[in-house]
Amino acid sequence: MKIVVCIKQVPDTNEVKLDPVTNTLIREGVPSIINHDDKSGIESALQLKEKVGGTVTVVCMGPPQADVALREALAMGCDEAYLVSAREFGGSDTFATATIIATALKKIGFDMVITGRQAIDGDTAQVGPQIAEMLKIPQVSYAEEVHMEGDKVIVKRQYEDRYHIIEVKTPCLLTALAELAEPRYMHAGGIVDAYNKEIKTIGFEDLKNDLNPDFIGLKGSPTNVWKSFTKQAKGTGTIHKDITPDDAVEVIIAKLEERHII
Amino acid sequence: MSKDIYVIAEQRDGVIAKVALELLGEATKLAADLEQKVVAVLLGDKIKDKAQSLIEAGADSVVLVEDPMLAEYVTEPYTKALTQVMKECDPEIVLFGATSIGRDLAPRLAQRIHTGLTADCTKLDIDVFKATEEDPGQKLLFMTRPAFGGNIMATILCKNYRPQMATVRPGVMKRIPKVEGKKGEVKEIKVDFTPADMNVVIREVVKEKHKKVDITEAKYLVSGGRGIGSPEAFGMLRDLADVLGGEISSSRANVDAGWIERDRQVGQTGKTVRPDLYMACGISGAIQHVAGMEGSEYIIAINKNDTAAIFDVADLGIVGDVKVIIPKLTEALKKYKTANA
Repeated sequence: MKIVVCIKQVPDTNEVKLDPVTNTLIREGVPSIINHDDKSGIESALQLKEKVGGTVTVVCMGPPQADVALREALAMGCDEAYLVSAREFGGSDTFATATIIATALKKIGFDMVITGRQAIDGDTAQVGPQIAEMLKIPQVSYAEEVHMEGDKVIVKRQYEDRYHIIEVKTPCLLTALAELAEPRYMHAGGIVDAYNKEIKTIGFEDLKNDLNPDFIGLKGSPTNVWKSFTKQAKGTGTIHKDITPDDAVEVIIAKLEERHII
Repeated sequence: MSKDIYVIAEQRDGVIAKVALELLGEATKLAADLEQKVVAVLLGDKIKDKAQSLIEAGADSVVLVEDPMLAEYVTEPYTKALTQVMKECDPEIVLFGATSIGRDLAPRLAQRIHTGLTADCTKLDIDVFKATEEDPGQKLLFMTRPAFGGNIMATILCKNYRPQMATVRPGVMKRIPKVEGKKGEVKEIKVDFTPADMNVVIREVVKEKHKKVDITEAKYLVSGGRGIGSPEAFGMLRDLADVLGGEISSSRANVDAGWIERDRQVGQTGKTVRPDLYMACGISGAIQHVAGMEGSEYIIAINKNDTAAIFDVADLGIVGDVKVIIPKLTEALKKYKTANA
């Protein structure tokens, strides 16, 4: 089985910088990590491979520096890595991102695709399902457990108030919760191997026959950031000093009501 | 031409999700600004009788798709049904709850019909967008959402594709008062499903009353510090959290003292939380603790000591004894709930 894990490199700090012209995030110069949910996806792919055989391929769309994330994935034990990178891909929203990644995945080939549920920077949780739609394969999102039974994939799919045990055939796409698998550490041998392995780059030229240039990048994105801003600093709160417990209860309830908490 | 605001009214086992009612309230406001109508879309099996409640909650009319294929949520049949609704109705705006269903369904649909989708919005406005000075402008949905774990806010527009789609965070928008007996049309759309549309098999549906704890996911946190006095006092915090529908958490001191499990610790060496409500009970507000909770939407602090640092970050501060105030608050909230049920 060929499992392909899509990962995203995300900034590991809370320091957020915005490009004042394009209003998009500046990623250069910020220390980066593999997004948590995606790392859980890598781990679960490696575990599936250990049980049923096959290969694990890791794919990352991003700037050239994202190869660091791919090296880390190789050091964890992934077999091959692809960097999907081109100037034309920049500024893509989730629609355009999914369009590009799905086109790359068709080239790479897959039996199962795993993405993280959502990235800690954009927090959209949209790209996984959008890739699945582009590939016309079933998706099972919010995956908390997964195992194989013959050619069937059995997934525990989480909801707020319940879970489903879902049976799906490959090809399919899963979006991984951080709970899906606790990521292993890179091991020394793995790190050495990782630097001996080649990271293949898929650029615009490689995909252009299968991609509509009007549907990618900033211009091809249906949604655009109109404005971004940091949250306004909090005003000073109200402190009640000489207040009876009963009055305090009343004040609290009034506030909870005002905030629609009750 | 695209028109009207469509609210996808989520239901589970025939019970309409709260967020659907909130969205109908919000859509009513937006529809007035846009001078258009609010349409609720109800998908499920044997749920026709729920349509009236959506009209009473703000919908001018309801689009209903009933089919056994829609009994339990599965991505493909729901996407197929909504795709057909989109084609037949051509909405201007479509709103989903940002739930584990909405956030699975909306992206799949947006990609299929090729339009934009903005995730997990916390603010929606109708305003005029002008590309240039001369542009007469068009009324668009301004969708505002947090990113980077709430550190920045972004307002997103979908200018050239319809419908404009958003998932909206539950608990943020406001319901409008129910209008009993309100009249509205219920339009039924028939979808021709084939067995192949059910492209996964649900082997089991397991409903869970109590999910395992992840304080970072809790909407409301009742948090205890040294000032609560004893490990038993977490019981009183638990009662309050239960009434609110939240969880309990703790400062480091109580965790180190073994009063409560470590996975409930908030702060630099514990977890960073951003609930809608953080109630700091008997917490002094050491900088390491504040680092883990200052991003909370609303902070209420109760502490005996009026110089406690926690009051510097509190939106509402009460100088008083938690051991007296918390049980009284819990009782008052229980009464409030019964009176407003």
